[in-house]
Amino acid sequence: MAIALSEEQRLLQESARRFVERDYGFATRSRIVASEDGIDGEKWRQFAELGWLGVAVPEAYGGMDGGLAEIAVLLDAVGRGLVVEPLLSTIVLGGGLIGELGTEAQKRDLLPPMVAGERRFAVALGEPQARYDLHDVTARARPEGDGFVISGHKSVVYDAPGADMLLVVARSAGEPRDVDGLSLFLVAPGMPGVTLRPYPTIDGGRGADVVLDDVRVSGDAILGTPGSALAALTRAVDRARIVLGSEAAGIMAVLVDATRDYLKTRRQFGTTLEKFQVLQHRLVDMLIAQQMTEALVLRVALEYDDLDNSEKARAAAAVKAKVGEAGKFIGQQAVQLHGGIGMTDELPVGHYFKRLSIIGTMFGDAAYHLRRFRDLA
Amino acid sequence: MDVKLNAEDAAFRDEVRQFIADNLPADIRRRVETGKRLSKDDHVRWQRVLHQKGWIAPHWPVEHGGTGWSPLRRYIFEEELGRAPTPRIIPFGLAMVGPVIMTFGDDRQKAHYLPRILSSEDWWCQGYSEPGAGSDLASLQTRAVADGDDYIVNGQKTWTTMAQHADMIFCLVRTSTAGKPQEGISFLLIDMKSAGIEVRPITTLDGGQEVNEVFFDDVRVPKANLIGGENKGWTYAKFLLGHERANIADVGRSKRELARLEAIASSELSDGRPLLDDPAFRSRLAALEIELMALESVVLRMLGDGTNSGPPGPEASLLKVKGTEIQQKITELLFEAIGPYAAPFVTEALDDGWNEAPIGPDYAAPLAPYYFNWRKASIYGGSNEIQKNIIAKMVLGF
Ligand SMILES: Cc1cc2nc3c(=O)[nH]c(=O)nc-3n(C[C@H](O)[C@H](O)[C@H](O)COP(=O)(O)OP(=O)(O)OC[C@H]3O[C@@H](n4cnc5c(N)ncnc54)[C@H](O)[C@@H]3O)c2cc1C
Repeated sequence: MAIALSEEQRLLQESARRFVERDYGFATRSRIVASEDGIDGEKWRQFAELGWLGVAVPEAYGGMDGGLAEIAVLLDAVGRGLVVEPLLSTIVLGGGLIGELGTEAQKRDLLPPMVAGERRFAVALGEPQARYDLHDVTARARPEGDGFVISGHKSVVYDAPGADMLLVVARSAGEPRDVDGLSLFLVAPGMPGVTLRPYPTIDGGRGADVVLDDVRVSGDAILGTPGSALAALTRAVDRARIVLGSEAAGIMAVLVDATRDYLKTRRQFGTTLEKFQVLQHRLVDMLIAQQMTEALVLRVALEYDDLDNSEKARAAAAVKAKVGEAGKFIGQQAVQLHGGIGMTDELPVGHYFKRLSIIGTMFGDAAYHLRRFRDLA
Repeated sequence: MDVKLNAEDAAFRDEVRQFIADNLPADIRRRVETGKRLSKDDHVRWQRVLHQKGWIAPHWPVEHGGTGWSPLRRYIFEEELGRAPTPRIIPFGLAMVGPVIMTFGDDRQKAHYLPRILSSEDWWCQGYSEPGAGSDLASLQTRAVADGDDYIVNGQKTWTTMAQHADMIFCLVRTSTAGKPQEGISFLLIDMKSAGIEVRPITTLDGGQEVNEVFFDDVRVPKANLIGGENKGWTYAKFLLGHERANIADVGRSKRELARLEAIASSELSDGRPLLDDPAFRSRLAALEIELMALESVVLRMLGDGTNSGPPGPEASLLKVKGTEIQQKITELLFEAIGPYAAPFVTEALDDGWNEAPIGPDYAAPLAPYYFNWRKASIYGGSNEIQKNIIAKMVLGF
């Protein structure tokens, strides 16, 4: 099967890239990163107007009814502009999980405001001991009355500061590392017992460690059936892994271009650096790594919805492993070939390198997904 | 694998180890161990401890304050410093300009500067690179024009490490535009307090400020501060670059960092078990350890056949390339070892006196900045590509 974007997807890609180029330049991005909240509300409203926030939401809830490929197309532009607003957390993880697990009432309640740009989500999956294992959950949710009482420590929750709603994974049954017994809860950050420890992240974003201390939620705060959240969670995170791959491929493309441009202009030894064959070959290796990553991600994003469950998981693992490995190579070499200037905070290159590096570790690094890929074979 | 030592050398090693254990201030040790930022005072305090013992400059000749140790003992000493671990010795005075002054300087320069370098009274920085002259140092533009007993210096240096702390800067300046670019360069010592010098910090991608731009606007420098002959600076610069590179292999420190990586990997969990037990991680760690053993073997062989005692040549380039590759690989594995906790970026946690509870494990905060910052190691001191060019030319005859 040939791999190509549809006409509509291509138009979406063009407009997203154009928006980022015109309205999300590096100076703008730096201002947003340095601001109090770390996101720009006006940009978020524009994302809503452009339809980005509902790109994969069914029409019934105000969305555009697209699939993973449409999100991937958007995330590629996000990568190119190093957009810091919480698109992944909100539309892929939060919106995705609500769409898949939510009751009709929950969807009606949560999705249209998300599409309209009035609600942002953050998903609290990780715990200090869990590293990348989604089932390694010690946070507890004990039934009480018709609701639950939740306690636990969720770590490195991206986009938690500023989120209107947290989606918290806690164990309502079983032992840590059991695959059964996980449940997903809607928890408002202002609820009694919820403490956020917010911090900036090294890639320009915001995160928090979230401590839940006897947080009482009502029975309608649970998403899906109690105790069986892992399958849906894995699917949602796999989708996030793939579109993160798309973001990474966008970043890689920028780094390859920036490095090429630099080698063409930087003069040393009476000539431009592009004349040194060792640098040409290095850049060729970077380009090859970028092309392979981009094509793999695109293929997986386009075919994903038609794959069966085990193929889905393997495809996501393949993407994440490739992204981790290629991202490391391209990021490191982009800095290296820029020389001293590549080490500065002033030049965008270092910021692209840092985001790429963190993407490399998010939801499992290359080593983790190599193992996963083999284990699923 | 430890280096096999005879009884006397083993006793020497134990003596060094004991001395460090007894004399390295506990607060400094803690900061180095945990990867916190070090202040100028931390460096100076430790260097003065070594100076008092007479161990600050083992590679200097005895008449200038060196120790007279054999090359092997110097190696053992450096390994123990890295292993302890102690703050790195700031190289600009002791490893760089010091040897230049004692080899090419006049008696007055030797008598004035060398003791002050030994005692850390003067903090030096290196003014070689310019915006247009990095790998191609010979294209530098900063001018020094003779005016009576002085030179008038105009131009800009950049990437000047820790210039903000420096009392003195040694500079390559252009004193002539005739002939080949290498031929019109002079080696000048400049007081950082001179009128017309401005230092502007550059923030690096890890958020730190260790490099600077240094601007010279009609800076008056006595001719007495010229090293050797006018327009002969290139010779001294090449001499010095070799010294700079020889120090960059840093095997002892890499051993220590590997041990730190192992300790961290045994407390981090992967798949519910210590990361250290993960077969894939184990084999990456093993490969790195073997790489370091091989590098150390190269060093030990150089010590054996005396290659290391002459002016540093392509051997120094080999040490630089492999030494920095290994160091960078270690920082990469440290970054990956902490998993999701690589992301939180709490710069205050890197400073002393920050006493809030850490985010994640206490060792996590400095590791991502360390990984990003240490990309510099393959760029500065002559980039690794340039080192390979040197090896290609000098060893392979290309
Ligand atoms: C953190 C840091 C601290 C530093 N501290 C100091 C200091 O204290 N004092 C000082 O004087 N300088 C210092 N430097 C400067 C350093 O020495 C230069 O950055 C270095 O020499 C490279 O020069 P450049 O940055 O201009 O890169 P360029 O020379 O522009 O090189 C860019 C890239 O091209 C490659 N390249 C260049 N020429 C060739 C070639 N002929 N063949 C193959 N590849 C080539 C390089 O390897 C590099 O990858 C520091 C640099 C850094 C990053």
